[in-house]
Amino acid sequence: MTAIGWIQILLYCAIIVALTKPLGWYMTRVFSGERTFLSPVLRPVESAIYWAGGVDERREQHWLTYTVAMLLFHVGGFLIIYGVMRLQAILPFNPAGQSAVAEDLSFNTAISFITNTNWQNYGGESTLSYLTQMVGLTHQNFLSAATGIVLAIALIRGFARASARTVGNFWVDITRCTLYVLLPICVVYTLFLVWQGMPQTLGDYVEATTLEGAKQTIAVGPVASQVAIKMLGTNGGGFFNANAAHPFENPTALSNFVQMISIFVLGAALTNVFGRMVGNQRQGWAILAVMGVLFLAGVFVTYWAEASGTTTLNALGLTGGNMEGKEVRFGIVASSLFAVITTAASCGAVNAMHDSFTALGGMIPLINIELGEIIVGGVGSGMYGMLLFVVLAIFVAGLMVGRTPEYVGKKIEAREVKMAMLAILILPLMMLGWTAVAVVLPSAVASMANAGPHGFTEVLYAYTSATGNNGSAFAGLSGNTFFYNLTLASAMFVGRFLMIVPAMAIAGSLVQKKSIPPSMGTFPTTGSLFVGLVVGVILIVGGLTFFPALALGPIVEHLAMISGATF
Amino acid sequence: MLREIRPAIFVLVALTLITGLIYPLAMTGIAGALFPAQAAGSLVTRNGQVIGSSLIGQEFKDDKYFHGRPSATTAPDPNDSTKTVSAPYNAANSGGSNLGPTSKALADRVKDDVEKLKAQNPSQAVPVDLVTTSASGLDPDISPEAALFQVPRVAKARNLPEDKVRALVTQNTEGRLIGLLGEPRVNVLALNLALDTATGK
Repeated sequence: MTAIGWIQILLYCAIIVALTKPLGWYMTRVFSGERTFLSPVLRPVESAIYWAGGVDERREQHWLTYTVAMLLFHVGGFLIIYGVMRLQAILPFNPAGQSAVAEDLSFNTAISFITNTNWQNYGGESTLSYLTQMVGLTHQNFLSAATGIVLAIALIRGFARASARTVGNFWVDITRCTLYVLLPICVVYTLFLVWQGMPQTLGDYVEATTLEGAKQTIAVGPVASQVAIKMLGTNGGGFFNANAAHPFENPTALSNFVQMISIFVLGAALTNVFGRMVGNQRQGWAILAVMGVLFLAGVFVTYWAEASGTTTLNALGLTGGNMEGKEVRFGIVASSLFAVITTAASCGAVNAMHDSFTALGGMIPLINIELGEIIVGGVGSGMYGMLLFVVLAIFVAGLMVGRTPEYVGKKIEAREVKMAMLAILILPLMMLGWTAVAVVLPSAVASMANAGPHGFTEVLYAYTSATGNNGSAFAGLSGNTFFYNLTLASAMFVGRFLMIVPAMAIAGSLVQKKSIPPSMGTFPTTGSLFVGLVVGVILIVGGLTFFPALALGPIVEHLAMISGATF
Repeated sequence: MLREIRPAIFVLVALTLITGLIYPLAMTGIAGALFPAQAAGSLVTRNGQVIGSSLIGQEFKDDKYFHGRPSATTAPDPNDSTKTVSAPYNAANSGGSNLGPTSKALADRVKDDVEKLKAQNPSQAVPVDLVTTSASGLDPDISPEAALFQVPRVAKARNLPEDKVRALVTQNTEGRLIGLLGEPRVNVLALNLALDTATGK
């Protein structure tokens, strides 16, 4: 670890904190339906969409209607991606002549993109046409991200409104989020990325003759427009197989730094939106503080582990840390930082291969996802995931003093706690359950690229990432088989929607409750005691659930590594 | 519930057209006008022929060129399409080795490479990036140490004084952005082009 490394990390944190408030202010205005500086341009487009869809923008929805609207929207999104992938061979924008994608891979990818997972069983440049990349993937990058955000907004309204029946209008929220938040940032961001060296072309793959006279086919495409939303929307599905490690998908140290910022920025801003909507910004900062504590702890461990290198490399006298699977322009610090950010948020883009990380360095990304990606988290999903843990922590605090817990003026009662527990328990069921099935099936074991405990970690990571809708991978695992395509798709589906429905049920239950003014006996939820309590609950729930699996994977691998064993 | 079906279709179609077609196509047009070189892939030409991209690494094996990092990219086996074969710096199928810290295959590969490099230049410590594969398999850069390590071999193959080759390495070394972001590095293709220019071929 070096001083300059830590300066980069702290600079990163400072920029995120600085952007949280202005962006939170802007997003609050957007979701309150107020005018913004973009309204003169975008308002006509917005109105036209409502007119075509027959949407009455003043009519709000009950939480159940809101949820059903969201689900219907996803059925349509699924059909579009699946259809485009199956038909890409006969559709336009296919200069490389890609053939139709197989049924199971199309199914997996369609589920993967509507759930904001973006698991890559496909290899972008070798499988997908430009049309699939644009209409299939880029568009769903926008819409699945917008969905996450609007669901978080609906839950926040549940906390913020008193004695109400509705949580907002899904069609209005999704349209405004896409048009006013995601699209304008992406337009500027795309141009920045192209300036840094990212291709944005519909032309053919380039045929080059190298200096030594060999032929090299260089894949290009409309990369920048997709990468912008892939990062901002914490989607993470790469244009290229190597994702953000590919020099075209992340050309410079600056593009890397800005990409890291764009992963966290909307998720962090949502904590401020929460604070503003419930009428006290300090409530938002307290939540951001919980996230910050867990984040910095993770960065420390991964950075330390990667900088320390592996026994194999150190024994040969190689210094400079574990550079297997990392790019020179990023080095140890930017690769470690990126890995922690991308898994803390549910992004899943990678600028280094997590499969080649040290045992402990790779364990932190795994833990980040297992905890539910609540450390800033996916746009929206991180916020509602964190609020579930807050409900739990408040419940624990209430048990300690023996009174009904309250949070931001709302009584937290049996229904909320049950729903929060349901959402929190469904994740390990998918992560650990499918891993257990896969490691006893010989055909599934055959997909592992590494022997020994590392192979187990590859499978555990796959189901963890799919359930958490992250999308990063220990990519040695050959996931493009019938078994993995279907089981991973089921994990992604359950991990997304069985978390959303209970969260929305909480929103629906809270929104009807009266708001209680704080009294002497109210547990203050803006101070360090609250932050410590939530951090503790997250670590205890996560630790109790996942420690046995971690012991079989990364922990035993670390012990094997320091004793010099190889497999 | 039924009245949500109409917006489900029309809002979805409208937003799909905006984000899936209008946005990427408009960005392609604007980016192509503002930054034509980058938008096309930062291609490098010599004597009118495309020799690669300044961002994409290419394979160098000849002693007279600086070598990049080992690459783990693969290509479909021409004899059996269900298998893959090693194809370093395949820019149509990026990827890393994905070998973990306790992998025997990785330990053996690194050990072999270290021994080869030690034989080539016994006087310097082997830089780690020269024996580890990159994440993309297309890393265009090596560390300044890795470039300096190869100076004796390249100078000998080209009959150039080592000082002159070393000076070229220094000229082609990029530092951290504003002294802070990223790592110091040398673009291998740019360095080799400069080397060819310096020796007049």
